Amino acid sequence: MFCIPYVKCLPFVALYGQLLLGLINGSFYALLSLGLAVIFGMLRVINFAHGALYMLGAFVSWWLSVALGIPYWGALIVAPLAVGLVAVVIEKTMLHQMYRLDPLYGLLLTFGITQVIEGTFRYFYGASGQPYPPPPALSGPLNLGFMILPIYRGWVVVISILACLGTWLLIERTRIGAYLRAATENPVLVQTFGINVPLMMTLTYAFGAALAGFAGVLAAPIYQVSPLMGTNLIIIVFAVVVAGGMGSILGAIVTGYILGLLEGLTKVFYPEASNIVIFVVMAIVLLLRPAGLFGRAA
Amino acid sequence: MPIDRALLEIEDLNAWYGESHVLHGISFDVREGETLSLIGRNGAGKTTTLRAILGIVRNRTGVIRFRGEDLTVIPLHAIARRGLGYVPEERGIFASLTVAENLVLPPVVKDGGMSEEEIYELFPNLAERRSSQGTKLSGGEQQMLAIARILRTGANVILLDEPTEGLAPVIVERIGEVLQLLKARGMTIILVEQNFHFARKLADRYVVVEHGSAIDYFGASELDAKMAGLAEQLGV
Repeated sequence: MFCIPYVKCLPFVALYGQLLLGLINGSFYALLSLGLAVIFGMLRVINFAHGALYMLGAFVSWWLSVALGIPYWGALIVAPLAVGLVAVVIEKTMLHQMYRLDPLYGLLLTFGITQVIEGTFRYFYGASGQPYPPPPALSGPLNLGFMILPIYRGWVVVISILACLGTWLLIERTRIGAYLRAATENPVLVQTFGINVPLMMTLTYAFGAALAGFAGVLAAPIYQVSPLMGTNLIIIVFAVVVAGGMGSILGAIVTGYILGLLEGLTKVFYPEASNIVIFVVMAIVLLLRPAGLFGRAA
Repeated sequence: MPIDRALLEIEDLNAWYGESHVLHGISFDVREGETLSLIGRNGAGKTTTLRAILGIVRNRTGVIRFRGEDLTVIPLHAIARRGLGYVPEERGIFASLTVAENLVLPPVVKDGGMSEEEIYELFPNLAERRSSQGTKLSGGEQQMLAIARILRTGANVILLDEPTEGLAPVIVERIGEVLQLLKARGMTIILVEQNFHFARKLADRYVVVEHGSAIDYFGASELDAKMAGLAEQLGV
């Protein structure tokens, strides 16, 4: 039995279950806030459309399954690519005109894009969700001895950690990452070195969007595929990004998991606060460290 | 010795920052292998001339021809691929990169650039601090790093903007030695410099810039005869 004095006692099995639930939510927070941080770091655009792109990833995987019979494993590759392609169109046709303006304009534009995408899907599919089963290889439970782990949820935690780690390595340890970090500081000088920064910006937006699409595919078997699935998540994800430090890759990942776990535990020990705990943490972080936990002061 | 052929031709170059007209029809050429120094008072338009040649200042008119190719129609990132390397006045060392990462950041654009080993031999201070954050270096070391990273790329024309600004005399002397070495290797150098005493050790020809116009042109051999007038013009 695990007890917090004067609050509540809980069997360890139930505690582990809640920790797993928190870890799964944290996985989605981390993947989505990571994409937002990559985009903001390079483009200085607050991408409100991230939730819609996440939803698009889930819908593409559902379409691939229903219309073309392409299974989950294929969707895991095709859907992020498709979402990335949509992002290229958005960046090339609209978003690139926002770079020289105040970030507020980018936020308003992407908010408008969100409304259009979500409104279109709601028109065709309504507000209710579409079922998308997990692949047979990842179905069923796994007895770990101290708890029963649904295999698919364990897979989501593992694959999202790998995706976050891969992205972090790409940005912090590779030549492409060095270009990105340098272009974030001084894009004009990086261009004088012969690096095509406008193309890098397009690809960065596409990459961030593809991460959202990837999260959407992972989410499809857990939550139902619904036009509003992104809206429900995006505000929390923004709070994670702000608490972690706008544009901080490591901040987005670590804060995503920590706040997911914290939210999960709050649901057990003080459920009344579970909907606001992330925002309370964000407010406290901003009071103590205005640049966020991992952000650098301007 | 310089080969007597125009590598870079600038004709009637005008440039604007917003509404402000800063360059007023500057013309000059640079021959292969020579060191040309743009001299003039602070705010005369020297830096803007370099930035207009490279395309950083896009609002410009006139002719900028490199090996006969019009650079004004080429995107900014493609100009470096022609072999022009830029060392900005503010040095442009990236805080988020280590010294080693800063050094290898610009891609190799041509054969014949220095290897990392050669560069670290030339600048031993950088070798010792290759894992440090780029902006933790002293001003002189940052200037050396800014020059070094262009040497790796194989660029055969280097545009240097005030390389000695704010540096201790011993560092200025070291930078002078490095530029002499590059000159001996046949590199074409366009040097913007307010420190006239530094420029005179390197330059083959001079262009005097004032109020966004080129007001005088002369070779190194004419320098002594021009000294008195220049001292007055440059306020040195």
